[in-house]
Amino acid sequence: MERTTSSAVTGLKYLALCAYLVFLAFPLLWLLSTALKTPQEIAQINPTIIPNDITFANFRAAFDEQPIARSLVNTAFVASVSATLTVLLSIPAAYVMARYRSVVSRAVIVWVLLSQIFPWVLVIIPLFLLLRDAGLYDSRLGLIIVYVVWSMPFALWMLRSYVASIPYELEEAAAMDGATKVRALRSVVAPLLAPGVVAAGLFAFVSAWNEFLFALVLIRDPDLQTISLTLVKFIGAEGVARLGPLAAASLVATIPSLIFFAFMQRRLTGGLLGGAVKS
Amino acid sequence: MTIKRRWSTVAAGLTGIALLLTACGGDDSDDSDSSTESNGAEGSGGDAAEEPAEPEEPITLEFQTLAWQTASMEANEEIVDAWNDEHPNIQVDLLQGDWNNVNDQLLTAFEGGTAPDVFHYESTVLQEFGDRGNVLDLSGYLSDEIRSDIREGAWDTVTYDDAVYGVPFLQESQVVFANATILEDAGIELPTVDDPWTWDEFTEVAAELTTDDRYGAVYPLKSPTNRILNLSRNYGAEFFEDPSGEATAVFGDAEAEVLGRIHDMIYTDESASPDGLGMSSTDALPAFFDGQYAMLPGAIWLRQQLMEQAPDDFEWVTLPALEGDSQQQGAVSQTLSVSADTEYPEYAVQFIEYFLNAENQVKLAAGDWLLPTSQEAAEAPELNDPETGWDVAVATADVLEIAPFQLVKGFEEWKAKVSEPSLQQFFADEISLDELGAKLTGEGNDVLERYRR
Repeated sequence: MERTTSSAVTGLKYLALCAYLVFLAFPLLWLLSTALKTPQEIAQINPTIIPNDITFANFRAAFDEQPIARSLVNTAFVASVSATLTVLLSIPAAYVMARYRSVVSRAVIVWVLLSQIFPWVLVIIPLFLLLRDAGLYDSRLGLIIVYVVWSMPFALWMLRSYVASIPYELEEAAAMDGATKVRALRSVVAPLLAPGVVAAGLFAFVSAWNEFLFALVLIRDPDLQTISLTLVKFIGAEGVARLGPLAAASLVATIPSLIFFAFMQRRLTGGLLGGAVKS
Repeated sequence: MTIKRRWSTVAAGLTGIALLLTACGGDDSDDSDSSTESNGAEGSGGDAAEEPAEPEEPITLEFQTLAWQTASMEANEEIVDAWNDEHPNIQVDLLQGDWNNVNDQLLTAFEGGTAPDVFHYESTVLQEFGDRGNVLDLSGYLSDEIRSDIREGAWDTVTYDDAVYGVPFLQESQVVFANATILEDAGIELPTVDDPWTWDEFTEVAAELTTDDRYGAVYPLKSPTNRILNLSRNYGAEFFEDPSGEATAVFGDAEAEVLGRIHDMIYTDESASPDGLGMSSTDALPAFFDGQYAMLPGAIWLRQQLMEQAPDDFEWVTLPALEGDSQQQGAVSQTLSVSADTEYPEYAVQFIEYFLNAENQVKLAAGDWLLPTSQEAAEAPELNDPETGWDVAVATADVLEIAPFQLVKGFEEWKAKVSEPSLQQFFADEISLDELGAKLTGEGNDVLERYRR
């Protein structure tokens, strides 16, 4: 009897999981479906998920009319570099904020919080002028700097809580065994901090990948444009969109970030610290 | 302890420096004056009838287009390529902007002195740009040829006092699209350009075509303000008194006419579908193709969507603009303007005149399915093809006039805060026509008041 109940519960769990997966995957499936439809089929009163006449014309149109591949390369470069820099800059700062309580540390915490209060649209013009005067307007480097500054506060907070969750006793134990500070950080803290680093990196990467406003204002050269700027070219006046090519281009644009996620999510392992210290 | 403090200082400092980059931006907002001073606006202007000589050294002009349809983009590229071949020392770089973000992008670029030399936008924003010193007054640069070729009504949309802030080249007018099969089966005689339907006749036909599973018409009313104000010119509606001066919102019988007629079709006659309330024109197409609506009032560009999306066996026809006291419609124009910061105002205007000559306007109008402002272009055979409704579209050219609201300072805020929500309430039958009028004038004038100070 108990075994039957247990099987039923397991079945329900899988059912709920499947429903959740469908819920999550549906927008992507709809995107794929639209990308493979003719304009006539997209405008049908009763749309279907499986196209009646599969066409690749939308993909051809998207790639013929806009530099999708070049935009993807630009976006991948900008997102990767800004994510890497964000993490590299955030790790030491987060460590200090979590481990050391000084006036400077507290001031930085307040400053980080304050920086999150201002809407970015308020600083866009001053930021634009600053970058222009620094010769960084219309350059990937300028965009990378902005993305790093944009992502850092949240990444910092995220990493700070990860560092705080690593018991300091582990570092003390390493010191007792003769490890230097650097060795303790490298061999004890760094491995335990890895999930946090990956999470912060993913956040910075995805933020940069999807970002639109800064790229719109700071990039003019078509050769440097990111994918969000390219996608919006399929939308015209009064919000009328060329749905087929837009869906095709959007689908292509999601693939690299999906691959990146699939690769990185294995490292998002939690629970490494369970039982590390006797409480 | 010392080591701890050093770590703390270095890392926190690193963070601080990075974050400072953001904060510092806010303090630099006043530093733009030195680099954004207008220089082009004070240009000599030169002889309006003469083309400037080619520069001895090659120069490059940046031209930002908002073309986004395939045919329209191809037309832009073709014209720019031809210009570049003919003018080796005045090369034009074609940039593609987008309609939905161009305002933010241009405003930032004006502030930073990085605006393109020539840019594509629409007449409604030019007054603001002109007041801010962002666009060049072209009145001293334009040739007689382009002045006489473009319709006077179109020039009105870009002229403020004596300043001309752009060259108008594409306009949108309102017509009616109909399911030809339904009308033919019902034995409806189609109106002609010379004998268009009046609003009364249109209402009667819509009622006649309404059945249990079909509405005679649908009005897409997602963002109705511009369309209603433009169509209301059929009855001489102004909506604003002294629009170019100290504008005041007004609402009388003329302003109530089109609004009342549409409302009655939806709720009294029940010959127009209430579904249109939240729809854009393109949203209405699937049900139009499905025969759920017999007629669809819309802008002439919708023909492109009909051509592309209509099922092969769907027969549609473009009917002439409706007639009230007259067929007059308010209209805005798509424009090409010159940034006040350009180093080469004469060459920029020379390029615009080339880009918008009659031959090129035919290509541009065909690409966007809009009305060319060039009178010579409007006579081109490809823009008068009855099969695709071009004959009807071009016939509206004579009845287009500047939309009075275009001159009103504060119109965009009046529209966003008062008009759009009030019209939505009215068309949802939540408020009466009188209450709508009270909102448009009462709350509306509170908004406009601020712009008069």
